[in-house]
Amino acid sequence: MFKRFTKEEIHSRSNIKSSAQRGLKSRFIDQFPDVEEVVELIIPKKSQIILIKCEEKIQLYSMNEEVVFFQSFDDLIPHLKVVHKFPQSFPRVQVDRGAIKFVLSGANIMCPGLTSAGAKLPEENIPVDSIVTIYAEGKEHALAIGKLTMSTDDIKSINKGIGIELLHYLGDGLWNLTE
Amino acid sequence: MAEVVAKEVLYCKVCSFPPEYCEFGVSLKKCQEWLEDANKELYDQLYSEEALSHKFSNTLSLEKQEKIHAELAKKQLKEEAKQERELQRKLQSKITIKRIERNRRKHVITITGLELLDVDLKKLAKQFASKFATGATVSKNAEKKEEILIQGDVSDEAKKEIEKILTDKGLEGIEIEQIDDKKNKKTPAPTTPGAPATKD
Repeated sequence: MFKRFTKEEIHSRSNIKSSAQRGLKSRFIDQFPDVEEVVELIIPKKSQIILIKCEEKIQLYSMNEEVVFFQSFDDLIPHLKVVHKFPQSFPRVQVDRGAIKFVLSGANIMCPGLTSAGAKLPEENIPVDSIVTIYAEGKEHALAIGKLTMSTDDIKSINKGIGIELLHYLGDGLWNLTE
Repeated sequence: MAEVVAKEVLYCKVCSFPPEYCEFGVSLKKCQEWLEDANKELYDQLYSEEALSHKFSNTLSLEKQEKIHAELAKKQLKEEAKQERELQRKLQSKITIKRIERNRRKHVITITGLELLDVDLKKLAKQFASKFATGATVSKNAEKKEEILIQGDVSDEAKKEIEKILTDKGLEGIEIEQIDDKKNKKTPAPTTPGAPATKD
């Protein structure tokens, strides 16, 4: 999504209303229930969020000059820097070492990369279309964020084709975006 | 509920990744140098003999591992060559400071060629404006290139300022050229005696 993304694609920036900010916060919690305890740290009460509208209906929400999360259609997706700060708040999957290189150049994640020996999927099922943070074998920090194109149970049983559609990864246009 | 604190994450100054991902970036060597300087502890953890040998004992087969590394190394070499070329190109270009006379005593200066500094020109203009206490804007010149226009004769000061930025960026080699552009309206040019004659 952000493979090619530069400042030119930003159309407008505007401050959002505090009521909209509250709504945004609750939507964020709805999507990631575990975020609730840290949401005040991510978005303090008195902060001002700036909405940045971009090409292809992408909307970025930034606070203090840093993008906090972004939205494409209905999903709110945290920026990787936020994920790095609060790793425990988001559902996580892990890919094996061989996949890192491809993920970092923006490839979607194939099922075998999620089921092999070095990879980890959570025990419980994560439903299709959820946003997950992607970790790598032997690494501490997340390297990408994606959307499941099949539930994790399906990934385990089918084990073929695209399992996660990649949305945001280390080194993509959004990561390199500085204001 | 336990208080949750934001986790501090160190990011590589060279490639902006968390250091553990530097090996997949395009500037591994520089990243290593930086990390050794900035955080010796983590450097040892990531790049020591022990850590390197540990890497090979994981799930991937040795062949695959080597293949990946070879490819990464190739990519990194390419990137290095590219950066080298870029630097050469940069060193050959120059920054021009032009002083233009508006009337007898007043001047404006334009600075062109600043795009190779990789900075936001608007911000730089603002910086100049507050530094010299004059107006400064970014405008496009005849060749459709961005230039900074500063009111007042501050070309020497501007030169010093730009030199400072260049040393900060490690680009001392770039030449700065100062040009005086006088308006020759009132003093008739010596080459024109023939021209008016043909007009009559």
